[in-house]
Amino acid sequence: MNNSRRTAIKTTGAFATLVSLGIVTQSQAQAAVDRAAFQVKTLEDALKAIGGTPVSSDKVAVVSPDIAENGAVVPVGATSSLPNTTEMYIIIEKNPTPLSCVFFIPAGTAADVQTRVKMGQSTNVVAVVKADGKLFSATKETKVTLGGCGG
Amino acid sequence: MADPMRIRAALAGDETTVRVLMAHIMEPGTRKDAAGALIPAHFIQDVEATSNGKSVLKAMFSGSVSQNPFLSFKFKGGAKGDKVVVKWSDNKGDSRSDEATIG
Repeated sequence: MNNSRRTAIKTTGAFATLVSLGIVTQSQAQAAVDRAAFQVKTLEDALKAIGGTPVSSDKVAVVSPDIAENGAVVPVGATSSLPNTTEMYIIIEKNPTPLSCVFFIPAGTAADVQTRVKMGQSTNVVAVVKADGKLFSATKETKVTLGGCGG
Repeated sequence: MADPMRIRAALAGDETTVRVLMAHIMEPGTRKDAAGALIPAHFIQDVEATSNGKSVLKAMFSGSVSQNPFLSFKFKGGAKGDKVVVKWSDNKGDSRSDEATIG
């Protein structure tokens, strides 16, 4: 048995996951989103477009079904109990263009929005919120029985 | 002009829940028709809701929002009888504005 090699592989994998899930880059969290952000093709680029890598937070929640029978209409939502939440992003990781919608929350409006989106295949749904200028996120997986992006 | 939206605004405690159903095809621009040609994108890009002239929600959509988009949100400071106005505009320059009374 080559145990040390196994351990090395595991450690490297775990580290890569940590990096991809989000070590904070708060300095980048200021950029405003624009139309081009909706055209990017990968989750990484979508996160870049909205201003950096978010920190995973248990104060942010994704509302999304475990199994969606019809990928054309999947009810999803995002809630945040962080104070001063100003922007909320819903990202469908495996869609051709992952960034689906953005909500700007003025003072007085609850950080609690719901809508319906299309999903091409089973995917992670990522909700990213901006609170006090910093990005936080939560992720939930939804399995899709029948994809809704056509083709 | 597109079909009207259905808007419900209900006050519970000090919070008003607004639910909007917009009538729109929301074509993402990635689908192909029977002949294999791409169907051009046609979707709502901007949505803004105001109550008594004050913005209560702004949203940007992409083509991956479902056909006939549904939107639900809550805000504080509404009163019975106030108007909630929702306006959208799509990528072809079409737009529509509808209003409902908080009940």
